[in-house]
Amino acid sequence: MATERLIVMAGTDERDLTKLAEYEAIGGYGALQKARAMTPEAVIDEVIASELRGRGGAFFPTGRKWSFVPKPDQNPNPHYLVVNADESEPGSFKDNEIMARVPHRFIEGCLIAAHAVESKEVFVYIRGEYTGPYEILVGALKELEDRPDLRGDATIVLHRGAGAYICGEETALLESLEGKRGQPRTKPPFPAVEGLYASPTVVNNVETMATLPPIIAMGGAEYAKLGVPDSRGTRLVSISGHVERPGNYEIENGISMHELIYGLGGGIPGGRELKAVIPGGSSTVILKGDEIDVGYDFNSLLKLNTAMGSAGVVALDDRCCMVQLGIRISEFYEHESCGKCTPCREGTRWMTQILRRLESGDALQPELDLLLDVCDRINGKCLCPLGETAAVAVASYVEKFRAEFIAHVDEGGCPFGDASPLHDVLAPVAIHLATAVPA
Amino acid sequence: MTDPHLTSEAKSQTSPAESAKHFSRFYEEVQELKAQYPDRRSAALPALRLAQEKHGYLSPEALRECAEALGTTPAFCEAVASFYDMLHLEPIGRHMVEVCTNVSCALVGAQQVLETFEEELGIRAGETTEDGEVTLRPIECLGGCGWATVVSVDHHYRTHVKPADVPAIVQELRSGD
Repeated sequence: MATERLIVMAGTDERDLTKLAEYEAIGGYGALQKARAMTPEAVIDEVIASELRGRGGAFFPTGRKWSFVPKPDQNPNPHYLVVNADESEPGSFKDNEIMARVPHRFIEGCLIAAHAVESKEVFVYIRGEYTGPYEILVGALKELEDRPDLRGDATIVLHRGAGAYICGEETALLESLEGKRGQPRTKPPFPAVEGLYASPTVVNNVETMATLPPIIAMGGAEYAKLGVPDSRGTRLVSISGHVERPGNYEIENGISMHELIYGLGGGIPGGRELKAVIPGGSSTVILKGDEIDVGYDFNSLLKLNTAMGSAGVVALDDRCCMVQLGIRISEFYEHESCGKCTPCREGTRWMTQILRRLESGDALQPELDLLLDVCDRINGKCLCPLGETAAVAVASYVEKFRAEFIAHVDEGGCPFGDASPLHDVLAPVAIHLATAVPA
Repeated sequence: MTDPHLTSEAKSQTSPAESAKHFSRFYEEVQELKAQYPDRRSAALPALRLAQEKHGYLSPEALRECAEALGTTPAFCEAVASFYDMLHLEPIGRHMVEVCTNVSCALVGAQQVLETFEEELGIRAGETTEDGEVTLRPIECLGGCGWATVVSVDHHYRTHVKPADVPAIVQELRSGD
């Protein structure tokens, strides 16, 4: 039976850690004091030893990312730490819970990272819709106002987004933080060299920050004993969709996906069969229900050509139509495409249109190939991964459930119809906000 | 979050003197926002949010005030605002109801929740009630997939919403605050 392993969420089962006093009672901010007694290089070495990889989805080794930042004597510009709290990936809701339940551990992590990369200014870019976590962070920062011993000489600014999935992409986030439309930049230069205000900038995810205090407290080598090779430590996994007990679960990397869904998640409601699993947020290649005897870690999922991504696991039962899933996912990316690169802006729209024709029974056999062709024409042709992930995800539905797609053509319509919970779901892209407020 | 007493309608009833006072307070607040950042332009999003809260939506007047306080042009403010889903260049209701219809919420009945709101409010998704009270719209993933269906009511999340919960939410909005 799978169990949780609380490292990031440690203490939440017994205390209200949104309160500074409660957090300090379990040793909170002790890791920060320890880190400040070390040189920045020593902190970076400790994080390298922990083998921590970024929890936002790209899985880049955190210590290495920090080591790319030029030292102050190499680049006199101020160094910035920007925390990506723009969690918007369908299926992921872990950062929401981290900020809401362990705000001080998160802030402590930000201050440790600021020390390591020699930054005096920290910006937390939190998605605009997250009013709850924002208010909790405001409260936590207020508690720190009277504690210069903890705050040190770094300032933390909470910067609220205004509704744009693309701002989770780091360069789009930086554009948005500079007060512009959130459209990705070309890379290089990478943010470590030219990021916010063209200065050296580290962009890290919320969970990555909240993992730093335990790493510093226990030591990098100790943390690296958790998990499996290339996926050390724990991960907050968001489980949703057709499971009995949806929610966030902190697990040691490498436990089997079967245990995630049937152990922690409690299995599929109504005694139904598991048809498919989105393993790491909507951007990842889908797994069939019989492919889940696999470790939930980077290498194991890579063998199945998919990824942990942002650790959003979505279970779909046997009523679900994969063409309908494709429509809803494609509509999401169509809505969120920033419009800068033509293959993404136009391609996601075409994908939705072809999928709609398949669903309604109007599509002819060659249109299935056309769909894959459109996907192929997005891949690798855009500045950022948004369009590509849409294409890769939808192409994986076709690849793994080809017979179902063909049945839509052969039967002249959807074999599932309104028995599928994804039938006729109204997506934001399908409507334009009616503007009429009567005069 | 939106100050219900400062809708565009209410604002038009204020005197020029009051209007000037409102603007000067807004101007000061934006200066404080600018001071948080090494580059004043970073205050654009928070300033637009503030302007929207004051005016109900980003009217041409709101954009002009925002531009003046930021030290930029109304065109720049509009260009930025038009990119973001939470910033509205057209009037919206005093209350905003946003039903997440992304995959995880849809799997457990978000569409039925949205349709129940349509029935209770007597409008289609994407519309505002005739009295200008409530705007209803579907929204992309709100980041609460494990607590589906998530409905954001005036930017505060309601979780585990079922169609049966909808009449009470609408009643709450109708009875005013």
